[in-house]
Amino acid sequence: MGFIFSYLKKYIRAITGTMAVKLVGTGMELLIPYVLEHMIDHVVPTKEVRNVLVWGAIMLMLAAIVRFLNVGANRLSVKVARDAAEDIRRDLFHRSLNLSSSQVDKFTLPSIISRMTSDTYNVQNFIQSVQTIGIRAPIMLVGGIFVTLRMDRGLAMILCVTAPIMIAFVVLVSRYGIPLYDTVQKKMDVIVRIMRENITGVRVVKALSREEHEKARFSQANDEAVKSDIRAGITMSLPGPFVSFSLNIGLTAIVWFGAQRVNAGVTEPGVILAFLTYFNMILMGVMGLNRIFMLMSKANASANRIADVVDEEETLSVLPEAEAPRTGEDGYIIFDHVTFRYDPEEGSIKSREKFAGEEREDALSDISFSVKKGGSLGIIGATGSGKSTIVRLLMRFYDPAEGKIFIGGRDVRTYEKDELHRLFGVTLQNDAIFADTIRTNIALGRDISDEEMKTAAKSAQAAEFIANYREGFEHKSEIHGANFSGGQKQRILITRALAARPPILIFDDASSALDYRTDAEVRKAVREEYAGTTEIVIAQRVSSLMGLDEILVLADGKIIGKGTHGELLRTCPEYRDIARSQMGEVG
Amino acid sequence: MARRDSIMTKPKDTRGTLVRVLAYFKSFVGIMAAVFILCIISNVLSLLGPSLAGRAINAAAAGPGKVDLETVKYYAVRMLLCYGASSILAVLISVTMTAVSRHLMRKMRNDVFHKLTRLPVSFFDKNQAGDIISRVSYDIDVIGTCMAADVTQILTSTVTVAGAFFMMVYISVPLAAVVLFTIPVAVLYTTQMRRITQPRFVMRSKNYGIMNGFVEEMMSGQTTIQAYAYEDNVEEQFREINKNAADGYYDAQYHAVTIGPTMGSINNVSLSIIAILGSLLYMYELITLGDISSFVLYSRKFSGPINEIANIINELFSALAAAERVFNLLDEAEETPDKTGAKTFRDIDGNVRMEHVKFGYEKERTVIRDLSFRAEAGKMVAIVGHTGAGKTTIINLLMRFYDADEGFIFIENEEIRDCTRKSVRGAYAMVLQDTWVFNGTIFDNIAYGKENATMEEVVAAAKAAHIHSFIMRLPDGYQTVISEDGGNISKGQKQLLTIARAMLYDARILILDEATSNVDTATEREIQKAMRKLMAGRTCFVIAHRLSTIEYADWILVLDKGDVVEQGTHRSLMANKGYYYRLYNAQFE
Repeated sequence: MGFIFSYLKKYIRAITGTMAVKLVGTGMELLIPYVLEHMIDHVVPTKEVRNVLVWGAIMLMLAAIVRFLNVGANRLSVKVARDAAEDIRRDLFHRSLNLSSSQVDKFTLPSIISRMTSDTYNVQNFIQSVQTIGIRAPIMLVGGIFVTLRMDRGLAMILCVTAPIMIAFVVLVSRYGIPLYDTVQKKMDVIVRIMRENITGVRVVKALSREEHEKARFSQANDEAVKSDIRAGITMSLPGPFVSFSLNIGLTAIVWFGAQRVNAGVTEPGVILAFLTYFNMILMGVMGLNRIFMLMSKANASANRIADVVDEEETLSVLPEAEAPRTGEDGYIIFDHVTFRYDPEEGSIKSREKFAGEEREDALSDISFSVKKGGSLGIIGATGSGKSTIVRLLMRFYDPAEGKIFIGGRDVRTYEKDELHRLFGVTLQNDAIFADTIRTNIALGRDISDEEMKTAAKSAQAAEFIANYREGFEHKSEIHGANFSGGQKQRILITRALAARPPILIFDDASSALDYRTDAEVRKAVREEYAGTTEIVIAQRVSSLMGLDEILVLADGKIIGKGTHGELLRTCPEYRDIARSQMGEVG
Repeated sequence: MARRDSIMTKPKDTRGTLVRVLAYFKSFVGIMAAVFILCIISNVLSLLGPSLAGRAINAAAAGPGKVDLETVKYYAVRMLLCYGASSILAVLISVTMTAVSRHLMRKMRNDVFHKLTRLPVSFFDKNQAGDIISRVSYDIDVIGTCMAADVTQILTSTVTVAGAFFMMVYISVPLAAVVLFTIPVAVLYTTQMRRITQPRFVMRSKNYGIMNGFVEEMMSGQTTIQAYAYEDNVEEQFREINKNAADGYYDAQYHAVTIGPTMGSINNVSLSIIAILGSLLYMYELITLGDISSFVLYSRKFSGPINEIANIINELFSALAAAERVFNLLDEAEETPDKTGAKTFRDIDGNVRMEHVKFGYEKERTVIRDLSFRAEAGKMVAIVGHTGAGKTTIINLLMRFYDADEGFIFIENEEIRDCTRKSVRGAYAMVLQDTWVFNGTIFDNIAYGKENATMEEVVAAAKAAHIHSFIMRLPDGYQTVISEDGGNISKGQKQLLTIARAMLYDARILILDEATSNVDTATEREIQKAMRKLMAGRTCFVIAHRLSTIEYADWILVLDKGDVVEQGTHRSLMANKGYYYRLYNAQFE
């Protein structure tokens, strides 16, 4: 709750205003039945039509004012909710976008997205409701009881007994019932999962003729979901009839005791009538309070999830050069005895559960290499051997556990984040293509001339297919580049990496979807057009690497071979095997 | 996003959809009739309450000392009985309706799923998984909620409105006239407001949809954004989108929040007029105090449901629209049934033959013009070509995921369309490029193709696929549960699992679709050895980029732009100096 209030501070005056207006409005609403009682018990006996009309007019006026005030308060509350939610979303988005990679790993992507969407929505809902129902409901309840106490203390006791019972029942059932829906949701997730599995695996299921098996599996999940859904549904259907029944018991009690009190001369018949109306108001108060409690527990959970991200501390802070001194060693890019493991603070128990293979625990160990300015480095190795991790460390998406990394003699930790990243043109694994024009996707906010963009596209062998679109570079990509083939996507990404002529180019598995010929043409063009650029290439294909100055062979996060293609063929048996399996007896 | 927009739209064929929804109720006709009757009884009972209360108050109105307590007690007891019985019935009804609606949902979900198993592969190639799934998770939910809540609500409302109106007229015609005046005002007002708010709510949902889409897209590209220092631009874009979302919300709510207070105010106005008129009538002794109080209670009962009508109609329409989407799915064309008397294969050798096959995914766009080739038992056919050259098309045709437009495909000497799909597909074991594992144990995943596989068989297959030692390092070994997206095992390991699955599935013909491209090169080499063992004596169709694999092939199909442009042995194709020759040499440039 503290998190939400911190955002409401700015709007405290608007909120106070809203609440005050709502207070007055609800208070006046409470007067209406009071007037009714007055008319019947005190005005009617005077037998004056004028008096009846005057008091009737007062009632009508009250009704009009109440509407005016309530609408005003509601609109103010909407405004506050809009502004506060906009603030929260802005801050949350800002923080999410700037999370470090290990923080994203920790929260997981779907969870961050749902915090951004459904959690902010819950909070917004709550902010709006708490200013209106949050005031109205308690006043209805307390005010109703207060007014009835003034009218007839004895009869009011009936309300005082019934109302808490109703509240207690509603709260208890909700508390028991709402978690039931979590169970339902989990079972529904299973249904969705089986559906998804069957859609993505339709060829496998059909090839193996396992349709009947899948039907049975689905049916079982379906049955289980229905069972818990029925249980939750029935539980939550109880409060309604129960509340209306206790209300009606109260009504009967008022009629019964009221009649006795009229007989005893301590109350008037009109009071009974007014009580019946107040009873309805109090009921509305109870239901309103229940709703607020439900919204509050939901909003509270959501607010905590949002706050988790917003308050997440910035890691990877920039160090002054005094703390991270330059290196005297020669070389443009230097890895100096670097060791790294993912998820160090989360505890190894969890990571062991998640990743049974040991390779996850030490993603890189004791990696040292150096690349000259304008030089080139290739990295080859098995899946999970730590190839991409080297890039992630070089670009400081993560910090190494041990060892140091230098670019241009400076420790990477002394670079401002943007300053560091501008050194690179990079294609990453799972790199993003945004739903925007090809031009925007290539430029990504950088100032790139038409000329440069065309040169880059030509070198990446993308110029031809881009030119085939009527709109050329203005052709729009769908979300995740769905309207491009895998090869086209990779060529756009390569264009993006080249376009700004950065000092360092990194290709992480950039050409896996390209055929050998296109791959070779890209390599040739980059070599010619972007000569002098320092290059790091990660690939599974020997042919993509064989022309580079030096090649690292990685296995389980360790360097097991280092040298040119020719040297490695002689010295590194693993490399020789790879080369032979891919290229026959060429080497 | 399109789906979110359509929530508010009305169904195209309201009547037809309604009839089909009602058909689902068929097996519950008896229960529904009972619910209907109980509903009427319950509401009539609760309607009696105010009338009884009025009579009790009349008895009390005589004034101090003159109240007929016996009469008050008589009515009070009856009030209690009526209300009590009515509440019990209400619980009964809502429990029944919950159960009925959930069973209908279950049936619908099963229907949809069974339908999915009968749909051709082309359906899944054309439709987004998310869209199909939303029919089951979202649309059916909407229908179910509507059935459980709205159906009873409509029944209750109808009985209440009719009953309350009858009672009001019965009590006092002049007072009933007041209600006749205020109610139409309320109805007019709500319909008018609906006209104003509806498009704004559509707009609001649309803006939220845009925002959610943007957030999802940007967050999944977060690393790219950081790598190119693109954050400020993205935040700038988000500011605009965020503002639109906020404004859309405000615009819709600005109007929507007036509805509650206005409806309350109309009720209060109605109460005021009743009070004035009632007081006057009371003054001239044309009405009793008890009657006024009953009337006030009835008028509240009367206006409640009328206020709700606009909402319910809205929900009904969106439920019908949801139902229509579900029915559209159920109406999709299914795989053509097997021919009557279709044959099943037994003990095949693995001779496969295509003769003058013509095929296109769409009617007008033929991709394979005229393909003939022969794969003899135990031979290996390699399919090569650029990305997107149509290599999977051949597999689609061989396994009858799609049927050829013209020409014939034979296994042994049987045209495959004369045989059951099950037996055609059963002749193949395959490892596809998109590895598929499901949420279950490793054992189940490997044994998927073979019912009642023993542990020994599974272990043997895993060993052959070089995944056994990895599995044994897992905490629960073969009983380790892997998740759907394979998040807890790597891509390469997933691929090895599907290879093990194919090894266990003892078929005469193998299909390997870039099977090893995700496995690291060292392991791949080992797999190739194991593969060769497996391939021995089996007919194989291999799709691969790696020419070293292809050189082993007995026959090569070379594809370009969807069609087969060359075929032959490695030697003959190289001698040809054609497309294949250029493709092969590109590797060493």
